[in-house]
Amino acid sequence: MFSAIFKPLQTFGRYLQLMGKVFARPERLRMYWKQYVKEMQQLGVDSIGIVLMISFFIGAVICIQMKVNIQSPWMPRFTTGYTTREILLLEFSSSIMCLILAGKVGSNIASEIGTMRVTQQIDALDIMGVNSASFLILPKIMALLTMIPVLVTFSMVAGFAGAYAISFAGILTPDDLTYGLQHSFNQWFVWMSIIKSFFFAFIIASVSSFYGYTVEGGSVEVGKASTDSVVHCSMLILFADIFLTQILS
Amino acid sequence: MIEVRSLYKSFEDKDVLIDINTRFLEGQTNLIIGQSGSGKTVLMKCLVGLLEPTRGQILYDGRDFVRMNKNERTALRREMGMIFQSAALFDSMSVLENVMFPLDMFSSMTLRERKERARQCLDRVNLSDAEKKYPGEISGGMQKRVAIARAIALNPKYLFCDEPNSGLDPKTSLVIDALIHDITVEYNMTTIMNTHDMNSVMGIGDSIIFIKEGHQEWKGDKTQVATSDNKALTDFIFASDLLQKARKAFV
Repeated sequence: MFSAIFKPLQTFGRYLQLMGKVFARPERLRMYWKQYVKEMQQLGVDSIGIVLMISFFIGAVICIQMKVNIQSPWMPRFTTGYTTREILLLEFSSSIMCLILAGKVGSNIASEIGTMRVTQQIDALDIMGVNSASFLILPKIMALLTMIPVLVTFSMVAGFAGAYAISFAGILTPDDLTYGLQHSFNQWFVWMSIIKSFFFAFIIASVSSFYGYTVEGGSVEVGKASTDSVVHCSMLILFADIFLTQILS
Repeated sequence: MIEVRSLYKSFEDKDVLIDINTRFLEGQTNLIIGQSGSGKTVLMKCLVGLLEPTRGQILYDGRDFVRMNKNERTALRREMGMIFQSAALFDSMSVLENVMFPLDMFSSMTLRERKERARQCLDRVNLSDAEKKYPGEISGGMQKRVAIARAIALNPKYLFCDEPNSGLDPKTSLVIDALIHDITVEYNMTTIMNTHDMNSVMGIGDSIIFIKEGHQEWKGDKTQVATSDNKALTDFIFASDLLQKARKAFV
């Protein structure tokens, strides 16, 4: 009973301690900048393909589902476009896309840092006098804070492209879709998605790094840390989504 | 010189190091030997600050490492180099970038000077032609040599080697031993090496401490090992029949 309460608190305390080390003053900015650019490439640019592909198909599927299940002679013809836009802007491109990225990027971060831990590369940094937590984790956090809002924006665009692809296939007319996408458009929904994505980016980068950095043991533990990081990132993203949606709506 | 005074280390209720007192002199290869689980890696980790001792002093040329604050420790660590059992090279960097890393982080040299210094270090370990390769593309022995080059890049005063021969064939082990010994003399470093390789003990053991179950059981040098009457030491070093026969013949 006590361990069920204290273990999460202990883990949270260790997470906060690690973040304290991460946000210390960098020793050599030039090296951090180099890492930051490398991480943007590895974590962000390399994820563009999967984001575009998933968003395109989900945009298309949402459009079909709305047309098949919602549209009726009693509903205006723009309903399909309107609901597709709301789903993509409000939830899919920010929250669901970040859940997907928690799987792809989060496991990548946890396993990379975890492997560095078990192969003593982190010890090597510590012995050199480098703040290993800051050097390894801060560039990842900054890179994801930069790239995830960009990926979310790409996801919105790709989702709409998927919906248009379906409209050109003849399920609904492009004019009806365009009208629906523009109907009662609230620009704040785009900003809301982007603001939410900053929080999700921080969760993905910091929680995954925490699980990787605190690995003890060998390859089995690295695998477990990778799984734990994805599970915890997903849960935290879903929790954060509830609060952020309530605050920002 | 590194001096260890009354050093203790416990994990929960288990004593792993008990009253270690020794001096590691500069310009010498100081070996720590003992069976697996005897506490030699814990001693090494206490010396470099990866573990905090339960009590005792570790003096680096008179400076007490245990009582130093974070900034003082960081400054002292720039005088240390370490070679790990697994080499611990950064996988995402080439051989040259690995050797340049400490220079990139802590020196005020220009890029050209850093590259030049890194190439000098690689040349010293006979790896000039491997600078563009990645750690995954070179052999275990070459990885250890890159680790040596990285460790000496900043001209450290103290060099720590944690079982550098582990996983290497006997011939490559001798090459690594010779390299560590030569570099120690050349740079007048205080080198401390954990090992249970008997070739290292007999070949480069300028000073040796033998640890058994956390206690410092014996201290001497390579010339005294064969003639020592310490039963625990002779049982450990001359474990096989062949080595026992060789010892009898020598004595």
